[in-house]
Amino acid sequence: MIDFVVHDEGDSVGVVVVEGVKAGDEISGWIMDQDREIKFTAASDIPIGHKLAIKALKEGDTVIKYGVDIGKVVADIGKGDHAHVHNIKTKRW
Amino acid sequence: MALDLSNKTFFGHRRENGRVGVRNHVIILPVDDLANAACEAVAHNIKGTMALPHPYGRLQFGEDLDLHFRTLIGTGANPNVAAVVVIGIENGWTKRVVDGIAATGKPVTGFGIEQHGDHETIMKASQVAKEYVQWASELRREESLISDLWVSTKCGESDTTSGCGSNPTVGNAFDKMYPHGTTLLFGETSEITGGEHLVAERCRNEEVRERFMFMFNRYQDMINRFKTSDLSESQPTKGNIEGGLTTIEEKALGNIQKIGKECVVDGVLDKAEAPTGPGLWFMDSSSAAAEMVTLCAAAGYVVHFFPTGQGNIIGNPIIPVIKICANPRTMRTMSEHVDVDVSGLLRKEMTPDEAGDALLDSMFRTVNGRLTAAEALGHREFVLTRLYESA
Repeated sequence: MIDFVVHDEGDSVGVVVVEGVKAGDEISGWIMDQDREIKFTAASDIPIGHKLAIKALKEGDTVIKYGVDIGKVVADIGKGDHAHVHNIKTKRW
Repeated sequence: MALDLSNKTFFGHRRENGRVGVRNHVIILPVDDLANAACEAVAHNIKGTMALPHPYGRLQFGEDLDLHFRTLIGTGANPNVAAVVVIGIENGWTKRVVDGIAATGKPVTGFGIEQHGDHETIMKASQVAKEYVQWASELRREESLISDLWVSTKCGESDTTSGCGSNPTVGNAFDKMYPHGTTLLFGETSEITGGEHLVAERCRNEEVRERFMFMFNRYQDMINRFKTSDLSESQPTKGNIEGGLTTIEEKALGNIQKIGKECVVDGVLDKAEAPTGPGLWFMDSSSAAAEMVTLCAAAGYVVHFFPTGQGNIIGNPIIPVIKICANPRTMRTMSEHVDVDVSGLLRKEMTPDEAGDALLDSMFRTVNGRLTAAEALGHREFVLTRLYESA
């Protein structure tokens, strides 16, 4: 059972691909590029399609997904937390 | 068993100029907003024809007017169209559209409304439309090669599942078709933002790379000129954000999965411009679904791959739009809009190769005549791109 996927092992975030993930749930992830599985504890409720931080991130850090910069952290994010527009912003525009 | 494309053929309509279409439409094309009523009346009178109403065509000028003509002429010239009736408020611009379409050799007749009124115009245009639709109904499909196919792509209402599921599925299919001489297209200029360096690296040579970066920077300049925020809720859209996409960079990196891992960007086109040979082309374009797909049809593409996450329901009157989706919630709630379900990718129940083959199988069925979900549901979004205000 895959609950979340990570594109590359260097990424800071993964994507929840099932409905109903709740804080405290033990969830399984698939790192796609390296075809490896990881276990994780969700720290927040995370809707399907939304991201969880697989590393703790500090304000000002760069968020990596697909092995590439996808924006900056604007509020600290704990490991397993929901990572989205409330704590990440674009570096463009 | 992997799909072997080397000897794969399909049955299409070979047109007077040698291009192959996968549909056989007779369209009633308005030059301007004022001609919509007459066009719709003709399409009502003559069964099997289709009017393409739109809100523009008056007092446009400069590059915006050039794009208007290029889009209308390209739409009529598309090989999915057998014949065209053009109606405009006056004869001059109507003739310009007729002459552009006539260069393909297909049947086309124009009517100006002034000095005749709607009644006479509708009667005369209906007589021609009836001849055209009866003639077109006798045209037969003939065996055609995969190199005769022009396939475009654009994603919509994307979410994070697009980047790991439906978009790489298109990329896998593009990588498989590219060596067989298919003419491919992607675009969505603003939606490359954050991944422009990756597309630039994929360009055939320095000349193509410079042209790509020119188009990319031209779009960035336009956004910077008019923006009042970081575009959050516009690009990414509110739906993208609902689906979990946070920034334009994240959306862009998912978007460019559609060009696969191997095919090379062979050339760059302006909006609604036709490519001059096979390979993968980038077309400068809006990232709004209906605008982009309308431009693909105007550039001469005959079938479209449309991956979605949250469930964009778009169709197009000229080209069949094949929807691909990897989001299991969307498949649960609105599967009637989706042609290829690749949600198994995210459960490791399907490999990327199997997903690509499933899309290609759906494509061959579609180009042989099977209606897409969007066609069956009546989605015919025809949206012209405007560059600036009318005079």
